[in-house]
Amino acid sequence: MPIGKLLIANRGEIAVRINRAAKALGIATVQAVSKADQSMLAATLADEVVEIGPPQASKSYLNKDAILAAAKQSGADAVHPGYGFLAENADFAEAVERAGLTFVGPRPETIRRMGDKARARAIAAASGVPTVPGSEGRVTGIAEARDLARDIGFPLMIKAAAGGGGRGIRVIDSERELEQLIPQASAEALAAFGDGGLYLERFIARARHVEVQILGDGAAVIHLFERECSLQRRRQKVWEEAPAGVLDEATRARLCASAADLARATFYRGAGTLEYLYDESSGEFFFIEMNTRIQVEHPVTEMITGIDLVQEMIRIAAGEPLRLRQSDVRRRGHAIECRICAEDPARGFAPSPGQVTQLSLPEGDGIRFDTMLYQGYVVPPFYDSLLGKLIVWGETRAAALRGIEQALAAMRVDGIHTTIPLHRALAVDADVAALRFHTRWLETWLASNPFALAAS
Amino acid sequence: MALKTIHAPLPGVFYRRPAPDQPPYKQEGDAVAVGDTIGLIEVMKTFTPVIAEAAGRVVKFVAENEEAIMAGQPLLEIDG
Repeated sequence: MPIGKLLIANRGEIAVRINRAAKALGIATVQAVSKADQSMLAATLADEVVEIGPPQASKSYLNKDAILAAAKQSGADAVHPGYGFLAENADFAEAVERAGLTFVGPRPETIRRMGDKARARAIAAASGVPTVPGSEGRVTGIAEARDLARDIGFPLMIKAAAGGGGRGIRVIDSERELEQLIPQASAEALAAFGDGGLYLERFIARARHVEVQILGDGAAVIHLFERECSLQRRRQKVWEEAPAGVLDEATRARLCASAADLARATFYRGAGTLEYLYDESSGEFFFIEMNTRIQVEHPVTEMITGIDLVQEMIRIAAGEPLRLRQSDVRRRGHAIECRICAEDPARGFAPSPGQVTQLSLPEGDGIRFDTMLYQGYVVPPFYDSLLGKLIVWGETRAAALRGIEQALAAMRVDGIHTTIPLHRALAVDADVAALRFHTRWLETWLASNPFALAAS
Repeated sequence: MALKTIHAPLPGVFYRRPAPDQPPYKQEGDAVAVGDTIGLIEVMKTFTPVIAEAAGRVVKFVAENEEAIMAGQPLLEIDG
C-alpha cells in the first residue's frame, strides 16, 4: 500500500533522519513528541506535530496507545519506529497493523522470533550460520548448565534470552561461580525483561564486533557489506566503521553471504542487521543476534554504498519489491562514524543536558553530521545522551581517519559537555590507526588515558 | 524545629524507590540521617542518588514518584 503520510514515533537525530527520507520520497510527515520535545529539531521539520504524553519515555515514546491515537488523529497511514523505544516490540508492530496502518519494519512474527536471542541462534544454526559455542536454546536448571559449561569451557557468558543492547550479560570464570550466579541472573532477567530465560555462550576474550547490513522485501534479500563496531564502552558502541578493515576479501564474502542466507530463511522484510563476533586469532566469525530495525550506525554503510537505507526501508514497507540486486551493491572507500553524546568524558561520562549556546559544524566533501542539535536548543535530561553522529568518508581508511580528525577539530558545541574530546583522542591513537582493538579495548584504554581526556 | 527543603541537584525523573517492586527509600514521618539516600534522579538513563545533607524527619514529599523535575526544584521537606 503506498504511504501518503508517515508518523515518526521517535525523537532526536533519528527522527530528523526519517523525516528527511520521507520528504525525499514525497511523503508527508507527522512527528510524535513528548511534552519535553515540542521544540526539538524533528518537530520543526515535520509537516505536523502531535503530542503523545509527558516527558517520561514510559508515558510517551513507549506508550503504544498514545502513538496509535496520534496516528489516527493525524490521518497517518504508516508508522516508523526508528531505533530503541518500540522499534523491536512485536506487540506494537502487531497493534499498528491491526489498526490498518503500515509498520515500517519487519512482520511482527519476525521481530518476535529474531528478538528472542535463543530462538535466533537456533534459526542461525539451522541455516548453517556459525554461532558461538553455547547452549542450544534456553537452559533449564543448574545441572543442565553445569553439563553444558563442561563442553563450552570457561570463561563463558550467561545471557538473558530477552536481553539486548548489552544488558543482561554476565561473564563466568568457574563452575562454582556458575552455580552461584545462575539463579541470580534468572531472577534479574525476570525483573528486567519479564522473562527469566537464560542461555550460555563461550566468551571470546579479544572478540571484534562486526555486523552485516541487509535489506529484504519478504522474499529477496541482499547484503550491503559489513561494519565494525568494536570500540565500545559499557557495551554501547562509541565509534563505527565500514567496511571492517580487519577482514580479508574471502572472509568478508563468507560473512556477508551467511547474513543474507539467514535473513532469507526468515523471509525478512525491511532493513536489518546481523551481529557477529569475529575472533581475529582464529579467523572465525560467529552470529550473535539480529536487530530487526534501522541502526544508529547505518550512515557508514550509506557512505560506502551510496544507498539510502531509510528510504529503501520505507519503500519496502509500502510494498515495493527490492530495487537492487546483489550485483548492484558496490562499496567504495571507507567511512567512520563518531557518536557525539552529551556526556563529560573527563568526569566519568557524567550526563550533561542543557542549552547549546554555540554550535559550529565542520563542512566539506565526505563529511556528514546526522544530528538533533541547533544553536540555542536545550538538550532535555529525559532521554539518551546521543546528540548526533559525525560521519566522514575517505578513499582509504587512512584518509577517513585523517578526515574525522580534522572534522572533529573543526566542531564546537558550547554550553554542554560532549564526547568530542574522547573522539579527538581516539582519532590520533596509534592502536586505532593500526586496527589493534577489540570489544573491551576501549575500556582498558579509558582506564589508562584519563589525563589525555582531562587536558583536552 | 525548622523546616528544611531538599532540592533536586539535577534535572531528570525523580524516583522514590530503588526499583519499581521495592518500597520507597523514605516515607512521610521517617527519620533521615545525613548521608541517607532519599531517592534517585534519572538523567539520560543514568541514575544518581539524592543524598540527605541534613538530618530530621520527613514532613512531606513535594515531588511525586516518577515526576519529571528541573534542577533546584523542591523534592521534600524535612523537620529537624
